Amino acid sequence: MSAATATPAPTWRIRRTTQIITPLATILALLLVWELLVRVGVLPMRYAPPPTVIVQELGAMLIDTGVYSQLGGTLVGWGSSLGIAVVLGVVFGTLLGRFRAASAFFSPIVEFLRPIPSVAMIPLAVLLSGSGKPTEIFLATYAALWQMLVAAMVAVGSVDPVARDTAASFGLSRSAQTRHVLLPSMLPHLVTGIRIASATALIFCITSELLIGSPGLGQGLGAARSVGNLPRMYAFIVVIGIVGFLLNAAFKWVESKVLFWHESQRGGTQ
Amino acid sequence: MKRGRYTLISVLGVVVAVAIWWITSASAGSLYYPPMPDVIEAVWSYWLAGDGGEHLASSLTNLFSGLAIGIVAGIVLGLVIGQNRWIRTALTPPLEFVRAIPGTALIPFAMVVFGLGPTMKIFIIALGTFFPILLNVIDGVRGLSRESLDTARSFGIRGWQKQRRVVIPATLPRAAAGIKIAIPLALVLVVTSEMTGSDTGIGFVLVTAQNSFNQVSVWAAIVLLGVLGVVLNWLFTLLEDRVLAWDKGLHRIGGQ
Repeated sequence: MSAATATPAPTWRIRRTTQIITPLATILALLLVWELLVRVGVLPMRYAPPPTVIVQELGAMLIDTGVYSQLGGTLVGWGSSLGIAVVLGVVFGTLLGRFRAASAFFSPIVEFLRPIPSVAMIPLAVLLSGSGKPTEIFLATYAALWQMLVAAMVAVGSVDPVARDTAASFGLSRSAQTRHVLLPSMLPHLVTGIRIASATALIFCITSELLIGSPGLGQGLGAARSVGNLPRMYAFIVVIGIVGFLLNAAFKWVESKVLFWHESQRGGTQ
Repeated sequence: MKRGRYTLISVLGVVVAVAIWWITSASAGSLYYPPMPDVIEAVWSYWLAGDGGEHLASSLTNLFSGLAIGIVAGIVLGLVIGQNRWIRTALTPPLEFVRAIPGTALIPFAMVVFGLGPTMKIFIIALGTFFPILLNVIDGVRGLSRESLDTARSFGIRGWQKQRRVVIPATLPRAAAGIKIAIPLALVLVVTSEMTGSDTGIGFVLVTAQNSFNQVSVWAAIVLLGVLGVVLNWLFTLLEDRVLAWDKGLHRIGGQ
């Protein structure tokens, strides 16, 4: 890894271009093969409309305003559930990580509740709060909360006891200890935890929209399938993919800005 | 001594939680919150001893088939992609994109292509569990130490021998980490894939119970899924401790 940073600039630039061109060429080639297979008749047009048709549909969809309100619906669900999960997860995770007795008391309960798929709670949640946004937010929060909780517990455990004791014996105040020792040590795990929780929250927002029909991209996807409009269904899948991809990329970018000093971000060229 | 005390606290935690559930549900008198003994009774009489066994078996078959395909495909492709820079550069962005699509959002697609049978469910489970395993294996291969690769090279170990003796053992712990993430995901996908257009499985029973306002049955299915998650996780940890005992020894000097 250290060898890579010593590579002279021109080679670096060449590698940089191949790193952009190769994947682009692959994607184009895959799309072309798909298009040809459908046009020639190897893939049935009925099941797999060719990329050009999907792109056309996508274009038509993006002009229409409906998709933006659906996007807004999904983002509201995602943002609220992620926010609640992060706050609750960090608070309780830090408490459980700090006090062993508390974690001993609660961990069997957490271990039992954690693997219950939140989709299994759909019947219950729908009966209690209807098939709207609150139910969607509840389900997504339930799924993302456990990941934040575990991330926060791991984060507390990763604080170097020597660093903590050193800070204490140098007489740093509580707030200074938190600011200079606890927070920097916990941050990498927390930031990664938030990125994973964000992906989970999005998955469960889309899933509950698909299953219970609360307004959002998942609902549009389900509707397109049930009327048999395949180009539209694929276009929705592409939009959902783009949203997931961008959110993940945004969190990775924040991660690299916040944690530029941490070893996980100093991997050389890759 | 200390260990014993914490175990005692854990047991106390479970007892208190069960007691709270029991007492609050017994006195609730609410349609949505049936008494605990009824729920436990239903788990036993329907799922474990009764008609539910057939649905449970169907769900478990799909779960294990899908998971097995996801694991094998994830490890094999991970080894290939991790060791070949060209393939990695070419495929990383498309893979990142497909990964960003939630597995459940692909259910409509799978229904169109594979119909409503078990193939569609297994495909969804395999695809969903494939990505965490793939990405972990790629990371594991990329994190192989220079020393072991150079040692292998200077001893002339290459080809299949190198894969078997150097690369695969070193990436197995990462593969295991990926599988740990994949197991709860598989459980979600099993249930979701059974909730629309299916006539077997735990998800189907859940939806049927919802439509007939049978709250005891809904609660029983939720409890069953919790138990299933704990058992699957426990089984895998057992297997992991067996297969990767050498890794634990290596990284936790002095043991637990």
